[in-house]
Amino acid sequence: MALLILKRLALGVFTLWLVSVLVFGGTQLLPGDVASAILGQNATPASLAALRQHLGLDQPALARYLSWLAGFSHGDLGMSLATRQPVADLLWPRFWNTMALAAYTAVVGVPLAIGLGILTAVRRGGMFDRAVNVAALAMVALPEYFLGLLLILIVSVQYGWLPSLADTYPGMGLGAWLQATTLPMLTLLLVTVAQIMRMTRTAVLSVMDQAYVETAYLKGLKTGRVVLRHAVPNAAAPIVNVVAFNIAYLITGVVLVEAVFNYNGLGRFMVDAVSKRDLPMVQAAAMVFGAAYVILNMTADVAAIALNPRLRYPR
Amino acid sequence: MKRIPLAAWIGLFIIALNLIAFLFGPWLARFGEEELVGAPFDVPSPEHWLGLDQNGRDMLSRLLVGARMSIGVSLAASLLSFSIGIPLGFIAAIFGGWIDTVLSRIVDTVMCVPVLISALVVLQALGSSLPVLIITIALLDATRVFRLARVVAQGINVMEYAETARLRGEGLGWMIFREILPNALPPLIAEFGLRFCFTFLFVAGLSFLGLGIQPPYADWGGMVKDNQQGILYGLYAPLYPAAAIALLTIGVNLVVDWLLADRTTVQGEGR
Repeated sequence: MALLILKRLALGVFTLWLVSVLVFGGTQLLPGDVASAILGQNATPASLAALRQHLGLDQPALARYLSWLAGFSHGDLGMSLATRQPVADLLWPRFWNTMALAAYTAVVGVPLAIGLGILTAVRRGGMFDRAVNVAALAMVALPEYFLGLLLILIVSVQYGWLPSLADTYPGMGLGAWLQATTLPMLTLLLVTVAQIMRMTRTAVLSVMDQAYVETAYLKGLKTGRVVLRHAVPNAAAPIVNVVAFNIAYLITGVVLVEAVFNYNGLGRFMVDAVSKRDLPMVQAAAMVFGAAYVILNMTADVAAIALNPRLRYPR
Repeated sequence: MKRIPLAAWIGLFIIALNLIAFLFGPWLARFGEEELVGAPFDVPSPEHWLGLDQNGRDMLSRLLVGARMSIGVSLAASLLSFSIGIPLGFIAAIFGGWIDTVLSRIVDTVMCVPVLISALVVLQALGSSLPVLIITIALLDATRVFRLARVVAQGINVMEYAETARLRGEGLGWMIFREILPNALPPLIAEFGLRFCFTFLFVAGLSFLGLGIQPPYADWGGMVKDNQQGILYGLYAPLYPAAAIALLTIGVNLVVDWLLADRTTVQGEGR
């Protein structure tokens, strides 16, 4: 098992490197010159050449990639083209904002989703099961901004319970922060809970049909004990996998939700950078998003290996 | 002909409505796309069923006209991604060997990065225009189509009838169009529905972020963004285009569910 996990970790590091090649290559191979983007249409050839030299654009692509990667691995993310500030100073506060929102959603959502999944599996075919399933299907099909706008309309405009914009600032108290971020959290919650719950239900159901679960029932054990001690541990691997996948979604999929609630996260950071065509900012944000995604998927695979008895002893 | 369940009828009805708006929208609209007919955010009236938008333009007319862009761009991108993904997937399955390895590795690598992030990187470099939007989404989406086409074709390629055709000395064209494609069609059609949904939500999402379809064209995602402020005053304005987006997605999902009802899924993965 240790070897399998080590292999997966090595593959994860390799993937991270591929992501860096993709992000850098994607921005370099594509036409569109950064220097002319900065100076605009009135640039003279001389000033263009001077700026290219200043930005190091006259170096060969491989040399630029290596120096970019070396800087990146030391935490130097380059300078923003638009504001001339170090990208790292601008990026990390936004990154932590996004992580905080994702963590808030995960802390509320994951136990709720797994609980609902187990409960619907136990009550298979009942009214509760069917109602939750229809609701979950609808949540998955609806776009995030539709849910977000609906929540704003009902919760903050009609009843005035929560603020409609998620204004956060450094040093605000936990209570104020929770109040500001609860609506975006609820929006993300609806989408992720639906997916995790459906997967949990399927995983538990497939275990519940097996002979040893029937044996446990025939031994005279109570339903609660059969489900929690016999069925759920064996359904854990796919559940862990879908949870990690959904947290990866939380970190990258927040982009739209952040736009609905004006939340100062990494998603809006990246969208702003794209509309200003600020290359170093986009590269840095893409790398951070890509890394978060790869690391979470890797964690999911490692956890699935560690939890699955059949994968623990590969043939 | 088996009986069509109610849910599928609802789905087909929604798709038909959207198709009509897509094909005939500009002729059905009573007011022009850019025509100012009253005060911003005016409430619904017999004249303007869904009220007016943030600039005082008729909401219903803009929805009808916007169908062309919203549906057209995603339809073009889905068609393009299928015409790239399917041949490559079939070729990888038929030839195997290094062609398969190289193509599959490239696809795996692209799929390591979330689609939205890849798309944003490209849009940063090229700026947002209709061809860039369609080609970028099609290429990113083609990776998913490639995977499905490859798996399906691999299954068919080892069947007796495919083996017979090969022994008969049929060429590559015959193998693809006469043997594999007809048998791979059902799962691929269902996949087309799902991929269209995904592309449609994706285009609408990009437009909502201001990075998709650009003004002056009306499109549903952009309309949500433009009217978003209205929600703070308790107006339904941004909810109409958002509901239009949600409705089409649900409609296509209902039909795909019906198509896949008696069939086990070919591949376990989601998007």
